[in-house]
Amino acid sequence: MMIKVEFLGPIAREPMEMEATTLAEVSAKLKADERLAGWLEKCAVALNDTMVTDLTTPLQAGDRVSLLPPVCGG
Amino acid sequence: MELYHGCLDTKEIFGRWLDEQSDSNYGAYIPFVGTIRAEDGIEGLSFDIYEPILQQWFEEWVARAKAQGAIVKMAHAIGDVPVHTSSYISAVFSPKRRVALELIDAFVEDFKANAPIWKYDLKGGKRLYAEDRSTPMDGAGVLA
Repeated sequence: MMIKVEFLGPIAREPMEMEATTLAEVSAKLKADERLAGWLEKCAVALNDTMVTDLTTPLQAGDRVSLLPPVCGG
Repeated sequence: MELYHGCLDTKEIFGRWLDEQSDSNYGAYIPFVGTIRAEDGIEGLSFDIYEPILQQWFEEWVARAKAQGAIVKMAHAIGDVPVHTSSYISAVFSPKRRVALELIDAFVEDFKANAPIWKYDLKGGKRLYAEDRSTPMDGAGVLA
């Protein structure tokens, strides 16, 4: 099913759409993208604006996965 | 939670928060002001915020404070903020000082670690991600 991946803050990349049924599949596809090398290790992940930490998290069509790079408010 | 484009009017916000609670019988009010220091030749800082998750983060702190009879408040700037002005303020109200002193410490520290805000140095006309001062959020690396 088609989901959307968005890159927040300084990653500065346009959102992308991909076929995936779990976060593990999203991980595999993003790891193949050299431009994201270095970011994946440092990014937290949200699914439809809720933080997630489990790669087996199932995805539904239209879901939105967000990558949140290291933060520094204040 | 309040978000503003550009620097914060700290006196107006703190004064208003104080006025709002004037009849609430809180014994302690502890404000925190984050002021942008002139260092490393920066002209200011700039901020990106992801508001949906920031709002959730803040609401968890509201609930945590409420469980102790306290209130937390915060305001943050979006976009460019010049040196010697404020980009972040927060405050805690509580019936007695000890709860407020401990809460402001935990609240500000967790803000630095987990609020979805990204900081950039404004230097020589460029906007440079402050990567070396940034912290991976809890749970980072799940996709690696």
